[in-house]
Amino acid sequence: MSAAPDLDVRYIAQLARLDLSEAEIATFQTQLGHVLEHVAALRRVDVSAVEPTAHASAVFNVFRDDEPRASFPPEVALSNAPRKANELFVVTKVVE
Amino acid sequence: MRYLTTIGLEVHVQLKTRSKMFCGCAVEYGAAPNTRTCPVCLGLPGALPTMNAEALRLTTLTGLMLGCDIAPTCKFDRKNYFYPDMPKNYQISQYDLPLCVNGAVPLHDLAYPKDAQKSIAHPGKQVGLVRIHLEEDVAKSFHFENSTGIDFDRAGTPLMEIVTRPEIESPEEAFAFLTALRQILVYGDVSDADMEKGQLRCDCNISVRPETQTEFGAKIEIKNMNSVSGVRRALAYEIERQVGELTAGRPLRQETRRWDDAADQTTLMRTKESAHDYRYFPDPDLMPVHTAPLLDAARTRLPELPAAKRARFVQDYAISDYDAAVLADDRALADYFETAAKAAPKPKSVANWVLNDLLSALASAGKSIGECPFPAASLVEMIGLIDSGKISGKQGKEVFAEMFATGKTAGAVVKERGMEQLSDTSALEALCDQVIAANPKPVADYRGGNAASLNFLKGQVMKLSKGQANPALTGEILQRKLA
Amino acid sequence: MLSTLASLTVTALQAKLRAREVSPREALDALAARIDAVDGRLRGYLSTDLEYARRAAESADVTLPLGGVPIAVKDVVSVAGQPCGCASKILAGYRAPFDATAIARLRAAGAIPFGRTNMDEFAMGSSTENSAFQLTRNPWDLSRVPGGSSGGSAAVVAADTAFAALGTDTGGSIRQPAALCGCVGLKPSYGRVSRYGLVAFASSLDQIGPLTKTVADAALLLGVMAGRDPLDSTSLDAPVPDYAAAVRDFSIKGARIGLPKEYFVSGIDPQVEAAVRAAVAHYAKLGAEIVEVSLPHTEYAVAVYYIIATAEASANLARFDGVRYGHRAADTNGLLEHYGRTRAEGFGPEVKRRIILGTYVLSSGYYDAYYLRAQKVRTLMRQDFEKAFAQCDALICPTSPVPAFKLGERTADPLAMYLADIFTIAANLAGICGVSLPGGFAKAADDGDRELPIGVQLLGPAFAEEKLLGIAHAFEQTTDWHQRRPALG
Repeated sequence: MSAAPDLDVRYIAQLARLDLSEAEIATFQTQLGHVLEHVAALRRVDVSAVEPTAHASAVFNVFRDDEPRASFPPEVALSNAPRKANELFVVTKVVE
Repeated sequence: MRYLTTIGLEVHVQLKTRSKMFCGCAVEYGAAPNTRTCPVCLGLPGALPTMNAEALRLTTLTGLMLGCDIAPTCKFDRKNYFYPDMPKNYQISQYDLPLCVNGAVPLHDLAYPKDAQKSIAHPGKQVGLVRIHLEEDVAKSFHFENSTGIDFDRAGTPLMEIVTRPEIESPEEAFAFLTALRQILVYGDVSDADMEKGQLRCDCNISVRPETQTEFGAKIEIKNMNSVSGVRRALAYEIERQVGELTAGRPLRQETRRWDDAADQTTLMRTKESAHDYRYFPDPDLMPVHTAPLLDAARTRLPELPAAKRARFVQDYAISDYDAAVLADDRALADYFETAAKAAPKPKSVANWVLNDLLSALASAGKSIGECPFPAASLVEMIGLIDSGKISGKQGKEVFAEMFATGKTAGAVVKERGMEQLSDTSALEALCDQVIAANPKPVADYRGGNAASLNFLKGQVMKLSKGQANPALTGEILQRKLA
Repeated sequence: MLSTLASLTVTALQAKLRAREVSPREALDALAARIDAVDGRLRGYLSTDLEYARRAAESADVTLPLGGVPIAVKDVVSVAGQPCGCASKILAGYRAPFDATAIARLRAAGAIPFGRTNMDEFAMGSSTENSAFQLTRNPWDLSRVPGGSSGGSAAVVAADTAFAALGTDTGGSIRQPAALCGCVGLKPSYGRVSRYGLVAFASSLDQIGPLTKTVADAALLLGVMAGRDPLDSTSLDAPVPDYAAAVRDFSIKGARIGLPKEYFVSGIDPQVEAAVRAAVAHYAKLGAEIVEVSLPHTEYAVAVYYIIATAEASANLARFDGVRYGHRAADTNGLLEHYGRTRAEGFGPEVKRRIILGTYVLSSGYYDAYYLRAQKVRTLMRQDFEKAFAQCDALICPTSPVPAFKLGERTADPLAMYLADIFTIAANLAGICGVSLPGGFAKAADDGDRELPIGVQLLGPAFAEEKLLGIAHAFEQTTDWHQRRPALG
């Protein structure tokens, strides 16, 4: 039994839109269990009075002026499309 | 059994910026597909977002107009979900620190549907807001027989999400809310907020419950309305449907339904899915925002809001509450009126001309006030010609029609048509002498006490002057001469 | 002549180009010949675009700071018109339609980005074994790894198949391979070099930096790339000094060098530790003051790093979905299958493992326990460095606890691989700068004759690259480790 019984690799893989084989699920369950065991050490740290760091530097209000700039010509925009038609990117039918 | 209805709205509003939220691509409605894209809004590997300051200012301005509390600090988060219209498969949005919280939209009488204005359940009601946050719009999908095509031109357009408290109690209140909100957004020049162009989109959450029950009924979400009246009809349909289900003993479940405007009904889209897990976290690509400078900028752009304008019109121009409400309904109309009213000695007559003649002329021509063929100054000139007696009121209508058709000034129309009234006293006296001399019988009748004979004599003067004699002046002269 | 040309540093090459002793075309041809001779065994490059490079060389302006100098680029940095595949199958066929800002600045300075170097897929790994396409070998011993994730960039510089290369560093990915291959690897402070066009692994940690033969070359390249970029909100608006000149003029006398006591505990190869201690003694001899400092939260670095980096990566890698570019699974039925299979086919095992971990730590109910807590401990780690840098100008420590290891030796145990990043990841979490430089050689335990490079790491405060490079330069100028070359023939 891994140290992270809460980690349900199968469910998480669905959230991440990643089809995993049974073998991959089993391997990841074990390996990530070890990683989470190591990570559990963080619980020992007293962070009650600590602000989280989301950015390496404390800078605010980095803005851009509302000036339109040149866009890609459509042939460049679509140059890497796996499938395209009528200047649109085409995917499998989306059923809402 | 009576049923209570609870409605909450989530309104998405496209902001009126020149460029997108996080990149410099132009925001344009109706451009050719995939001609307004760049690495950022296509989600290419390595692209990074940069914040459009104007979008933040417009959202702050909206918050001020709706009486919200503006957060001193806000930030952007990533909302993770996979969908082909979402280039990065996460949307940059605001989660726990939105730009604005609280606030309200006041529902004034004229905001209700016309047929419901006589029976407003809660006059003066305000619908409270939970929050307003800023995010990016998704791409547009086109569904074909076997595939879906995607145009990323819309992806990344600044989108403001306004969430109401569940305080709306009827389809008519929802209608009034959207109408009043739209009006305010247009007043602030924040958005054109045209539902048919998708600039304002609305999802409704609605539940019904027996009045004896305290907890809310099952929450049902309705999507795909593309007009304010569509929202009203969709909600009315849903209330009837849900009450019908409950009455028949069939319990309701949480679900999402689609409004079909042509069929005038909602259909099931999906039942309650496994709860979304959006895995929000602060976007490391964007720095947090201190809102103080945004507030300073927004305050300088804060317009007079519809309610204040209505009150001021009544006060300043001595017009009725109703007239003021109609005039203030549309910011451009209000501005037109006010430009004219300020220049005219009698603002009340300006209001009459605008509300009666101008609005109906615009309506039958299918034009908005912005497309009015003549400026406010021309209307003032025309009213001045009537008031000074240069033309008659009846002639005024004729002049107005010509102005509306051609855009010519009142003076030009009057001159062209030779409508200038004869008000030169000496010329009029000569005409009157001529008529008195030629009509001894009516003159004798009048002197004998038949007052009506004066009208006949007046008519003769008018005839002689080819209709240009000033009628009031003519009457005075005749009376004096026959006294 | 040709092979000696290829072994030049950028600074030396530039001097020859400017003096018209060598033409840019001759320099490029020499490099191409060297690549031809060596890269078949080394496999440092995924692709080269010599046709473009020759055209660029013909019209190069040698008066520019890097005029006519060919530069190798890690496959994670966008160069317009070239593949940018991140050594992943999921980006099959993708060509970048735009330049990264760092590339645009290098081009404006006359450099020629001509080749794509191998790497761990999406920069996830420490050995370059996670490339979906090929194994890159360590030029000092072809049976060993070059380190990672910028293993290709380190190998080509060490093998003289590049004058200099760009790498990226999220948790040591420039410094560790530089150490294992015996070259100089600089991770600039977070925000010093624009990330625009760098395919993101962990956005709050990633930086582009140079891998070079000397500290002076690193200074030269940094000077060209550094500075605020309006396309990257996290790039800082701080002045860009003349790093090359600052490095030349630097005096080591009186510089204070800190020894973090937590970095000399256990698990370090004794030869690595000896080399670092010798470097400390060397600095003392040069007139530097040595002080002991403490970084008390060091033991949590790996845990914090693997939560934050994988969480950010799980979102950053969501865009690889086969809709707009890259691999798309064939004949899928419906959206879920399209996504699930495209991504399953496109990503390798390490990338999948990290996406799962990152998705998990952000998922509902776990965010506070993992992600938020890690961010808070990250704050404590930054404070550790702030306190340490109040007492010294730079910290000295090993870059990697071990020299280059054998191919395949560590792939089975991801956690052990992660733990080997212990000396490098703290710099990324704190946003500070760091450099690895050649600091000695180890005898391979299993192969007595074989000498493997050892890297010495210097860490400096954020935006203090001038001094950091000056301190590194002082060591380099008084030692000859950096002059040794692998015997590749």
